[in-house]
Amino acid sequence: MKAHRLRQWAWIHKWSSLICTVFMLLLCLTGLPLIFHHQIERLLGQNIEAPELPAGAPRISLDRVMQIAKSQFPDRNGMFVSQEADDDRVWYVTMSRTPSSEDELKQVAVDARTGQVLGQPRLDEGFLHVMYKLHVDLFAGLPGTLFLGCMGLLLALAIVSGVILYAPFMQKLEFGTVRRDNSPRVKWLDLHNLLGIATLTWALVVTLTGIVNTLADPIIALWQRDQVSEMVAPYKGLPPPARLGSLQQAVDAAHALEPEMAVKFVAFPGTSFATPHHYGVFMRGNTPATTRLLKPVLVDAQTARVTDSRSPPWYVTALLVSQPLHFGDYGGTAMQILWALLDLATIVVLGSGLYLWFKRKRRAAERRAPAPLGKGG
Amino acid sequence: MKPSFKRLWGVPVALGIFTAAGLLSALLGDGIWDDLSALALAIPVAVAAWHIFGKSG
Repeated sequence: MKAHRLRQWAWIHKWSSLICTVFMLLLCLTGLPLIFHHQIERLLGQNIEAPELPAGAPRISLDRVMQIAKSQFPDRNGMFVSQEADDDRVWYVTMSRTPSSEDELKQVAVDARTGQVLGQPRLDEGFLHVMYKLHVDLFAGLPGTLFLGCMGLLLALAIVSGVILYAPFMQKLEFGTVRRDNSPRVKWLDLHNLLGIATLTWALVVTLTGIVNTLADPIIALWQRDQVSEMVAPYKGLPPPARLGSLQQAVDAAHALEPEMAVKFVAFPGTSFATPHHYGVFMRGNTPATTRLLKPVLVDAQTARVTDSRSPPWYVTALLVSQPLHFGDYGGTAMQILWALLDLATIVVLGSGLYLWFKRKRRAAERRAPAPLGKGG
Repeated sequence: MKPSFKRLWGVPVALGIFTAAGLLSALLGDGIWDDLSALALAIPVAVAAWHIFGKSG
């Protein structure tokens, strides 16, 4: 590579990483506990456990589940009802004062078989919540999220430029050389190159999927505007229903349409995942490859008849596939541990990069002013 | 492929392929596919660790 091209890439690598490093260190540190959020919740006694019952125990109606949840928070109404992919024994009912509320949400976990209230998971407090907010939006809402997305773009640029710079640095060295006997600067340069290139693919995937995740809100809004508004065109101008029909019947109707799929969550009319006239019943696939993919079924909230159901557009699918690839939550405990190790390696790459920049700056300053009085630095 | 290219990029490309295979494998299957995924993802971690901690002790 020509020397001036190399200098250009070095300039890009320096500035793209310098700008984003502090935020990326924050994301690496806050992401670490989020990888293990299930284990931490269990440790803190915040997890929801359904009692063991014989398999095939009968289930209570979702309308009964809603009554039970409402008895816990009489001043709130249903917003979402959801189930975890690996545990269909618990319904999580999210409740709010209005369908579009963003804060003061309450959640009730109801046993799907007995109707027993299993707990009220706290949605907006605690250690994990703070980690989550710092990781997702810096407590600054959508602007914070989009800002972190821009920092992610810079990191992607830093990774790509770093790969380009890897070649000239390693031209005369064997892979993995760490020159320990040399100055600390050389040793840390070698470690930076080794860890950077070894974690390259993982870091690039987590960065790019992280960027896609920052676009979740705009992606959902676009989907609403594009496809959902088309699906509910016949309802245009009609007043929203005064009384909601049966939730269980709505879910049954969705199941009848997609018997091979399971319910992931149901959005109540008026929320951002439904329409003022419909329950949005979101079905997921039942195989490992399809469990992340969603198919929404819009069910008329009064008649419990299916209005429409279409596979989401490509950009929603891209978002859904990005999520597991960012979280590392799809391959069991071993994957979680590897995610953490790769995350720690990334922290070392970021930290050593900062150190190398600092050292270089100091050396350059010393060269400019070779002061015998020793005032450099 | 030129020997110099292979010497420079051989290991990094191999680690990239293992990582990608590991990321995909658990996405598309459960059970044995999760185990294979962990194994593949462990390779870049192990290679880096060996070069840092393993060689000179």
